Amino acid sequence: MASATPTRGIRPRVPGVQRRLGRLERPALRGVLVRELVNYSSFWRSSTFSSTVDPTIYLLAFGFGFGSLVSKVAGYDYIDFVGTGIVATTVLFSGAFPAMYSTFVKYEFQHTYDAILAAPVDVEELVTAEALWISARTGVYGCVPMLVAVAFGLDPSWGMLLVPLIAALAGYGWATFGIFIAARAKSIESFSYWQSGLLTPMFLVAGTFFPLDELPTWAQVLGNVNPLFHCVELVRHSVFGLEGWADIGHLAFLIAFALIAWRMAIHFMEKRLIA
Amino acid sequence: MASAIRMQGVVKRFGELTAVAGLDLDVPDGTCIGLLGPNGAGKSTTMKMLTAQAIPNEGTIEVLGFALPGDSKQARALMGVVPQLDNLDVSLTVEQNLLVFSHLYRVPSAGRKDAIERALTIANLAERRTAKVDQLSGGMRRRLLIARALLHKPRLLLLDEPTVGLDPQVRQELWALIDRLRSEGVSILMSTHYIEEAERLCDRVTIMSHGRAVAEGAPRELIAEHAGTEALEVYGSPTRLGEVELLASQRGWRTRRTGTSISILHSNGSATDLDGERRITNLEDVFVLLTGEEIS
Repeated sequence: MASATPTRGIRPRVPGVQRRLGRLERPALRGVLVRELVNYSSFWRSSTFSSTVDPTIYLLAFGFGFGSLVSKVAGYDYIDFVGTGIVATTVLFSGAFPAMYSTFVKYEFQHTYDAILAAPVDVEELVTAEALWISARTGVYGCVPMLVAVAFGLDPSWGMLLVPLIAALAGYGWATFGIFIAARAKSIESFSYWQSGLLTPMFLVAGTFFPLDELPTWAQVLGNVNPLFHCVELVRHSVFGLEGWADIGHLAFLIAFALIAWRMAIHFMEKRLIA
Repeated sequence: MASAIRMQGVVKRFGELTAVAGLDLDVPDGTCIGLLGPNGAGKSTTMKMLTAQAIPNEGTIEVLGFALPGDSKQARALMGVVPQLDNLDVSLTVEQNLLVFSHLYRVPSAGRKDAIERALTIANLAERRTAKVDQLSGGMRRRLLIARALLHKPRLLLLDEPTVGLDPQVRQELWALIDRLRSEGVSILMSTHYIEEAERLCDRVTIMSHGRAVAEGAPRELIAEHAGTEALEVYGSPTRLGEVELLASQRGWRTRRTGTSISILHSNGSATDLDGERRITNLEDVFVLLTGEEIS
């Protein structure tokens, strides 16, 4: 908050605001978050429904459908395998997609960002706060299908407490990636290319429903650059036992993905919003 | 006197198009300045540059003593912006809209409730506080938009076409509101293409055309300088109007077509041989003479 301390150098026109404002200020982030929270109070039902019911349906469909054909996958019971992998699917559904659509709608149709940027908020703060909010939601939503899986036989473990954190971290990456897509989009229709060309293949080749080991080498290589794959692995290992360096590698990949997507989102949103 | 806004030699290009072509503008503290111009004259781009939502290619901009774009955030903390396009959150209530912006404008938590009440009073919407924005009329929404920009008691208010698309009666209500703010010492920069609005509210106006300031001064001075004290409005058939136009140009008077008539300006009572209605010149005459464009 701006304090009432006297000025340093800049002319004392109004008390309280002379302090040179920095980057990523808390009041600015809070302002954007408050807006999201107040809005969320009116649409949390639909948002929660779509973000959790879809993955749960995948979980049950694959769990029962495939589960009746195979009993063990990669050494896991199939419900255990898919019940943990599904967290990443939820992260994608509740991270990237809301970010893409809500960002586009807010700048293109509602002109919300015009209003926010006329207040003391910069694009960097705007993007960061929006992504933090989506990330917090993915942290919660990510656990829902896993809890459903618990009801269907996945054994609870202490490692599950790490899952919301992993989901939130991966969610931050996907949220900023979604904002990046929206910043590049000329129209909302162009999201189809990203969805069909990139996100759907990623969602399938992430080790959620079947392990990557059985795939051809090129597909395994692609799988390894898929952030969802690292999210799946990290969640599975958290629940069934961490694997040391391998998991540090997965974590590092998710952090790097989040950082890069964050900066890309800011860069392209600045290009989009500042003429 | 200190300036709330000072722009010098500001140029803004969008690719091939030069939206603002070397604009100088000064808004002294506590005054209301009008930016007058037809659509496409560069008014909105100028407004965008003052919040650093557009960055000029050339020139300098200072707002409340802060150099833009570097220190724009400090400037924005002290100013309120009323955009031309309504960007309220339509699914939220009146009060929720104000609450959100009290945070965005960094109103301290202790004063937040008061700030919202004050804004509700300014907007005259205290009774509709729980109404969702999409249930409000156009005039109410515009009042809310203005009140939202005043939550943090800004020292400078930017109004981009504040009354566009509103009924005459609603427009007058808003004029009263803007006039009150000005009397309270808020500096105001207002863009408009309603001449009457500028004439009534602004201490000085800058007339813009094709990204440039073509005239600057108090409305009365501009009228006296460019249109003279009195206009003679001559009615007649198109042929007759053509003849009058020719005659006037021979005598060195300036004319403008006003629908079914021709207004002879700057004749200052010497056009005694012509039949017509005498009327007082207005800012619209100046505007049309200088920009060559009629106002819709």
